[in-house]
Parts: sequence; C-alpha cells; structure tokens
Amino acid sequence: MNGTLAIQAQDLTRTFGSFTAVDHITLEVHGGEIFGFLGANGAGKTTAMRMFTGLLAPSSGTAQVAGHDVYTESEAIKRSIGYMSQRFSLYEDLTSRENIRLYGGIYGLASKEIRSRTEQMLARLGMEDAADLAVRSLPLGWRQKLSFSVALLHRPQIVFLDEPTGGVDPITRRQFWEMIYQAAAGGTTVLVTTHYMDEAEYCDRISIMVAGRIGAMGTPSELKQQYGAETMDEVFVRLVRPTNGGGAA
Amino acid sequence: MTDAVRVEHLSKSFGTTRAVRDVSLSVRTGELFGFIGPDGAGKTTLFRVLATLLLPDAGRAEVLGLDVARDLWALRPRLGYMPGRFSLYPDLSVEENLTFFASVFGTTLEREYQQIEPIYVQLEPFKSRRSGALSGGMKQKLALCCALVHRPDILFLDEPTTGVDAVSRREFWELLARFKESGLTIVVSTPYMDEATRCDRIALMQQGRILAIDTPEGITQAFDRPLIAVRAAQRYESLLALREFPHAHTVYPFGEVLHYTDRRTGLPAEAIGLEVGAFLRGRGVAAVSATRIPASIEDCFMAHLGKAEEAPSA
Repeated sequence: MNGTLAIQAQDLTRTFGSFTAVDHITLEVHGGEIFGFLGANGAGKTTAMRMFTGLLAPSSGTAQVAGHDVYTESEAIKRSIGYMSQRFSLYEDLTSRENIRLYGGIYGLASKEIRSRTEQMLARLGMEDAADLAVRSLPLGWRQKLSFSVALLHRPQIVFLDEPTGGVDPITRRQFWEMIYQAAAGGTTVLVTTHYMDEAEYCDRISIMVAGRIGAMGTPSELKQQYGAETMDEVFVRLVRPTNGGGAA
Repeated sequence: MTDAVRVEHLSKSFGTTRAVRDVSLSVRTGELFGFIGPDGAGKTTLFRVLATLLLPDAGRAEVLGLDVARDLWALRPRLGYMPGRFSLYPDLSVEENLTFFASVFGTTLEREYQQIEPIYVQLEPFKSRRSGALSGGMKQKLALCCALVHRPDILFLDEPTTGVDAVSRREFWELLARFKESGLTIVVSTPYMDEATRCDRIALMQQGRILAIDTPEGITQAFDRPLIAVRAAQRYESLLALREFPHAHTVYPFGEVLHYTDRRTGLPAEAIGLEVGAFLRGRGVAAVSATRIPASIEDCFMAHLGKAEEAPSA
C-alpha cells in the first residue's frame, strides 16, 4: 500500500424516483489494495459501481476516485481506471493483437507505445503464438487473462473487475488471482465485485452491501470472526438473510 | 436397486471440439448426483444427450431404463430438464408459465400442487409478476417449478445456481434436498466446487472427460499428501518465496492462505509445517503459521488436473 486513497466516499447516495438504490455509503479504499465489493442481487452494488466509474452522478454525498471528483471530473476518472467484466471485455471477432491495439487507441496511447506494450503483454502471457487468432477461439482462461491485461494497458490507478473468475477451472483461476496480486503489488488498486464468496476470501478487505447500505466491512478474517462463521459464504448469508426473508424478488 | 442413468462410452463432438469424450457412469435411483467442472468441461452437452435433445456420436445412454435415442418419446414425459440459460417465457407471469408447462404435459397446476408446493409457496407472492422481471434467484426457482410440474421421475438441472447470489444458492440447494427426500432422482451440474458436498456422489469433469467419480468424502479422502495451510502477513511475497522451497510440490493461493503440498512422501505433516515455517521466516516473511488441514473438493480437483497434465494425452 502506498498510503494514498484510491476511493474515498462519504454518505454517497443515489435515488431513482422514490427508490434509494445507494443509501449514504461511506468507505475508503487504499492505493494498492484488493477490495471486494459484495452484495446480494439488487443490493445497490451496480449503482455504486456506476458512480465510482464516473458513469452515473450521485444524488448526494461526496466521492473522489483516483483523486477526481465524481460530480465534476467523470472524464478524468474514466481515464484513470480500467474495467473488466467476465461477460464482455474483448471483441471476440478481433484477434488478441487487434484488441490490444483498439484499446490502446481508445486510451490515447501512441502507436509506438502500443506496439511495445503489445509485445511485452503477449510475452508475459505466453500468448505469442495465439496473438493473431480470433479471441473467440481462445480458451476461456486465456481470454480472461488477456482481458485483465488489456484493462491494465493504459496503466490505470484503479482497475474494476466484475466477477472476474466465474466458470474457469480452479488452477486457471489461481493463475488469474496471482496476476491480480502482482498488479496490486505494483501499486494498482483492484476493486472486485462478485457473487462468489470464496472469491471474496482472496481480497485484502471487503464490504458487503445490504439494501443500499454497507452492512459489513473488514478483512475476511475479521468478518468471519465477527459473525462466528467458518466461511465468507456463511457471513454473507447471516448478514443478508434476515432482511431477505427468503423471498426477495 | 436399479440405475436411473447408465452412460457407456459416450462421445459427442462439435466440429473439431470434442465436448464429451468416452464418458461412462451410472446414477442410482433416488440419488442426488453432481457434475462438477468449469465451463467447457462438457456438462451441458452431456445433459442435453441425457435429456434426449442431442444424439451422441458414439456410445449409448439409458435414463430410467430407456434408451435416450430410441425411446425418446417414452422418456420425455418422465424427465424434467432445466437448461442453464433462463428459458421460460419472460412476458408471461409466474402463474402463466406454470399453467403453460403443466398443460404441455397434459396436466394442471391444481392436480400437481402437492408435488410443487415447497417451491410454489415461495413463488406465490409474485405469481402475477412477469417472469422476466424476477430476480435471478426467483427465476431459478420458477424454472425448477416448471421442470417439476409434470411430476417427472428424474430431474436434470444444468448449472441452476450460476449467477445467483449466495443466499439464493443456499435456498435452492435446500429445496433440492427436500425434493430428493420424496424419492426423486436429481442430476445437477455446477462450476462451484463448494456445492459438491451437497451431493450424494459427484463426478469431477474437465475438457469432456471424467477425472473422478465418488462420494464427496471419498474424493477428499483420496487426496494422497498432507495438505498444509500457510498463513503469512505478506501473502503474495510468501507465495513467491514458497515456490522456491526445494521440496515444494504444489503451492496455490487459497483465499487468505496458501495451500502447500510437499514433494517428499512419508514425512509427517508437523515436520513439513515446521520446515516450511522456518524457510519462510528465513526469507523475511513475518507471522507465519503452517498447519495441516483436510483437503477440499477444490484441492482434489486441482490434484486431478495436475495428474491429467503429467500423463501423456490420448
């Protein structure tokens, strides 16, 4: 950790009509931290993420992301962050090399810079031989590692990962987490959203949203201790079930 | 007891992709049987063959004693199938979907109410809601209800808990346990290793092949080395350092800890733990503890993957 704050939110709130999707959340994410941002379906996670990534203006409260104000500097935020979703990050009809060039262009990197970073990235991933194959034809694990690397191409301060390792085999999944550790060790802040509580156990700290609020926050060990639970899954269920009543739609 | 499913040397390819490769197994009547594996393991293809929706290229399969290719019309009314993708009518309400699926099988909601009651009571508050507007967890419950409404003897559920939050997943497995008690045979697939212990028996699958079939306990007891959980203040540094320990067999990050196995066999776990701790402290890693833990299904899956890679590929 380098001591600076990557995300700082105070009473951040977003309403849609009479519905309060995010209700006065306050949190700090440190530079170089791996932060798990969890919550049940409909708890407000996506709305909060859209505010953090500069895509949605808050209704009230304050937040700085990578030192930029979410109300007035959303364009600067977008340039300071990377984003990877399991569902969509790469253009499947393009090759690996074309995808890297496309994203490099979008983030305004010089052609020379794109070329050198492309070769470095392909070498690091051991994907030189597959560089000119359509992304669609690559195994899922390779696609995920490539899309994570592409999300880091412009060397963002913060990278947002949306359910990054769903569906991959357990060894590939661990290789992916090692890439995340490596990025964090290099000072990049990593914010992970996921449904899967065992994925949460890889994070330095996590928060769990319940009905628009932050219901719990801490390291995985702290939360397990606090809730007298063996696993994060149990912590989650104990936190969410009382308000859920078994039938939230 | 007769087998509810018998699969013999079944293979299915799509172009050059060998989705299912020479799979043989059986599922007993009344069993809750799980296929555990990542995307691309062949689970969906195998389920489609068993649900009479795809013909195998080679080998054969019987469900409830009926051949999936030859006897499909006799078999279809007796099986329930829930595909991985939500495949109900999103513009119809909860109740309309159920009524429709009942009518397709020549029955009514009222006549089958007893069978579906445990799940219908959870859906009832939303019965007039469009099914497309339900949460992920409720969609899965509705799909399960529709797959059960004609009172099948066997149920195939393809990744019913993918994309669903932890609370809804747990509720879904609790429902399956109740249906199992009524004698229903349930075959389910999942990419989540932690769900394996909910099943009577499981098959671990990867790239079209079965790596192992056993009870969850049988799978974990077959793990053939002491497994050491290493906890240290600096997780990433300790991971890199431990990989350099000359006796390291496997070192994997596992949530907050590292899972370590030693290359040497026959050493007691305590001795390994002490050596590992001393080695890491020597590398400047602070606050190290190294204790033996039982292997989980995920540890076993990785051990099988490792062995599959070492063996010459066919």
